[in-house]
Amino acid sequence: MSSRTKNSRFTGSTIPQNSKIDNEKSGQEPRTKNTIQNFSSSEFPDFDICIIGGGPAGLEAAIVARTLGAKVIIIDDNPGLGGQLIKQTHKFFGSKAHYCGVRGVDIAGILSKEVKGSDIDILHNATVVGYYDDDIIGVLKDDRLFPVKAKTYIFATGASENTLAFDNADLPGVYGAGAVQTMMNVYGVVPGKRAVVIGSGNIGLIVPYQLLQAGVEVAAIIEIMDKIGGYYVHAAKIKRAGVPIILKHTIIEAQGKECVEAALISKVGGKYECLSGTERTIECDMILIAIGLSPLCELLYQAGCRIDYIPELGGHVPYHNEDMMTTKKNILVCGDLACIEEASTAMLEGKIAGAKAHEALYSRTKQGKKIVRQAKQELSVIRSSPFEERITFGLGKLK
Amino acid sequence: MKGYLKEHPILEFKRGKKIKFFFEDREVEGYEGLPIAAALHAAGIKVLSFSERYDRPRGFFCAVGKCSSCLMEVDGHPNVMVCMELLKPGMRVRRQKGQKK
Ligand SMILES: Cc1cc2nc3c(=O)[nH]c(=O)nc-3n(C[C@H](O)[C@H](O)[C@H](O)COP(=O)(O)OP(=O)(O)OC[C@H]3O[C@@H](n4cnc5c(N)ncnc54)[C@H](O)[C@@H]3O)c2cc1C
Ligand code: FES
Repeated sequence: MSSRTKNSRFTGSTIPQNSKIDNEKSGQEPRTKNTIQNFSSSEFPDFDICIIGGGPAGLEAAIVARTLGAKVIIIDDNPGLGGQLIKQTHKFFGSKAHYCGVRGVDIAGILSKEVKGSDIDILHNATVVGYYDDDIIGVLKDDRLFPVKAKTYIFATGASENTLAFDNADLPGVYGAGAVQTMMNVYGVVPGKRAVVIGSGNIGLIVPYQLLQAGVEVAAIIEIMDKIGGYYVHAAKIKRAGVPIILKHTIIEAQGKECVEAALISKVGGKYECLSGTERTIECDMILIAIGLSPLCELLYQAGCRIDYIPELGGHVPYHNEDMMTTKKNILVCGDLACIEEASTAMLEGKIAGAKAHEALYSRTKQGKKIVRQAKQELSVIRSSPFEERITFGLGKLK
Repeated sequence: MKGYLKEHPILEFKRGKKIKFFFEDREVEGYEGLPIAAALHAAGIKVLSFSERYDRPRGFFCAVGKCSSCLMEVDGHPNVMVCMELLKPGMRVRRQKGQKK
């Protein structure tokens, strides 16, 4: 299919190439309310630990590292903290210790309150765009690129939504499912009236349910495999709401002139080939792509960390050990960047990374040791579930 | 205002001031502080740019500043990611063709 695909859009990285740090301007201080404004020196202050990404993983890492006594800064490209959690209106399940029954958006609130109540520095609306010699990172904020230096970096940049190649996949109306979730749940704007969703993993099941809550019609969920990818509870809910989940089908074309007007789908055979004669169109003005996420690891490539290809963990992932350390001794990772999983595991990994980063800089403390032991134990409980078999298998490949 | 969710079983939306901005010289209303892309979609505008070679219409894809699918010209500056750039009164937003150098 892909070799014939017409008009597919390929989305690129947002990191500018050959970007250089503007040292001359580095004396100007960034305009933030909570942070760095009190530094009069021409250089940016050195931090013990710089955390890139303020999602659940980065926030937990910051809280733990700060609690243990490190000087911490969080850099995130959004106006607020919480990462993916700020758009998740459904209640999480799992154990009480992992915020079971609490909505993602409320977990984001709890974590960011804790961070803001501490003396952790926060740089909002700031994108880390490069990792340079002498272990300096370049930060882009308000059209200005300036350097930040820390002894240790914890990357918690999360993941980006995968695109899918089919004819006219570049038409406006073909959106990432998480993107529509952001528009709808964070900004209160729904970019369409009737949706077709591609993929039946948890995101492909949860987002359509939230679309229904916002009064949008969902025509169908299309799944190429012969079974639903996500959890049974989510599937049962969406089926009860009357949305069909069409198995063994895929999308072959987005139809429409300026914007999506319909989706052309087809049944697939044993080798996932489209079976001719089975094509049909479904009217819709949005096609939501929910076929998975890929870790955002470009910066780690640039930093010289070893990147492995492990499909079970989400594709290209930075190598890391049980302590979340990469092949570079001043860089740790956690959350979706290390392995596409879920918020509860992201938070646990964040705790480990925060404690281990502190340990590497100072010395092992009783408190830090306890945090790591507990987090590892909880991770192994979560990962022993049959749903996590894939992840456990993938993690086994990290050597 | 039309195009915005009003009632939601779970969420309550806090919005900024109602303001006016320009899309291709046409006056459009929006809420200050929303990403430009959100305000445009609420106003029914989905085509954000045209592709370089074949003039294909383009819209957003990720809405979180990761894919560069939503670049527009804002106040004369090309290549602005409108899914992240926040709306201010009087902003002039235009469709651009391809990626400007
Ligand atoms: C629809 C949906 C439903 C989900 N449901 C559940 C659920 O029920 N239960 C559950 O446990 N999990 C769920 N998850 C998964 C969970 O949201 C993620 O696993 C979790 O958010 C990952 O956390 P993170 O901190 O690693 O990354 P993120 O939450 O993605 O945070 C990363 C942050 O880093 C920022 N960033 C990235 N690059 C840069 C840069 N270069 N410079 C500055 N900042 C940067 C990002 O903008 C973001 O704010 C769901 C996810 C989705 C999309
Ligand atoms: S839609 Fe992806 S960067 Fe704006």
